[in-house]
Amino acid sequence: MLKEWAKFKGFSAKNLPKEEPFAPGHRACQGCGEVLALRLALKALGMNVIAISATGCMEIISSPFPYTSWRVPWLHVAFENAAAVASGVEAALRALKRKGRFPRNRRVDVVAFAGDGGTADIGLQALSGALERGHDFVYICLDNEAYMNTGVQRSGCTPYGAMTTTSPPGKKSIGQMTWKKNVPAIAAAHGIPYVATATPAFFLDLMNKVKKAALVEGPAYVHIYSPCPTGWGTKGEDSITLAKLAVETRIFPLYEVIEGKYYITRKITKPKPVEEYLKRQRRFRHLTEEEIRKIQARVDAEYERLLRLAECL
Amino acid sequence: MPKGKDTALISWKEVPFGCYILEPGNSVGFKTGDWRSFRPVLDKEKCVKCGQCYIMCPDMTYTQDEEGYYIADLTYCKGCGICASVCPKGAITMVVEEV
Repeated sequence: MLKEWAKFKGFSAKNLPKEEPFAPGHRACQGCGEVLALRLALKALGMNVIAISATGCMEIISSPFPYTSWRVPWLHVAFENAAAVASGVEAALRALKRKGRFPRNRRVDVVAFAGDGGTADIGLQALSGALERGHDFVYICLDNEAYMNTGVQRSGCTPYGAMTTTSPPGKKSIGQMTWKKNVPAIAAAHGIPYVATATPAFFLDLMNKVKKAALVEGPAYVHIYSPCPTGWGTKGEDSITLAKLAVETRIFPLYEVIEGKYYITRKITKPKPVEEYLKRQRRFRHLTEEEIRKIQARVDAEYERLLRLAECL
Repeated sequence: MPKGKDTALISWKEVPFGCYILEPGNSVGFKTGDWRSFRPVLDKEKCVKCGQCYIMCPDMTYTQDEEGYYIADLTYCKGCGICASVCPKGAITMVVEEV
């Protein structure tokens, strides 16, 4: 445990924050898991926050002119530089404090939101640079596993076998041909103090992780798995069920990396078969038994690797 | 509408300089409730006031009343049905919206 968390007791179902930094009336699809993750993250952070959004679903649905859903200061920037702008905002805050134009003891968190495309593909070098420079900010990746905003194109975070418009399944293709890029591991490899993965199905876990990330001195990275009914071909009401299944089948394990040490926050001792998760989504319906076995083997191997990382340290 | 007049939502004369939005969170004026085809209905006898529907709602629809029940304000409810699927007691059912 880090010393910054000494005063933080953690959120529970009884002491949830009342304020809503994200206003209703946004134009997300029915049953959007990403806007739910964004709402929970902002609820955990509170009103003393400066938010930076890369281009993506969350920017489009929250700010169609003349409306905005943000009740906190918010900057929209291009696809690739959310982390760069966040580091600029943090440096400006530090300069203002040094010059005495901003109260020194007033705590303001800087948080950057980006989708999986803006994190794993386009914004990776800006993120890497910001983590390397050690700015005190939180980077939250809302991972819905493709470029959903522009109409479901594949990204680096799209899982193996998924159907998207740029990875269509057919005679010579099974959909997405590469495995999902492990962005939390890339972030952890920078040696930053805090990395975590979360999903909106376990909302207290998500809120606690985001708050802990904000309290840490130095950069922190939170990877939030967010179901997308439109792009995945699922029912809107199944978003939370799917997010829960992704954890229970070990496809998306929940863990924290605190100063290089891995901690699994939700151990899955009796995993469900991945088939249960894959069969509920239209993007995986072309998969054969053999492909599902291949995915199961990969999921088991990845979880084994994570367990070893968590045990040996 | 007479020809030549501004038919836009806001006339260009009223738009602030640089198209800034000066009121935070003014999307509360945009009612997303008319997207809905299903409506959540709460059975108060089954409800245990756990608040799962309140925290899992992507549209901030639920608010707590004086008795502690979470009541859906249908102004913003898009009818996704997440509240009905996460309710541990099955107290919320989705019914078809009448026209």
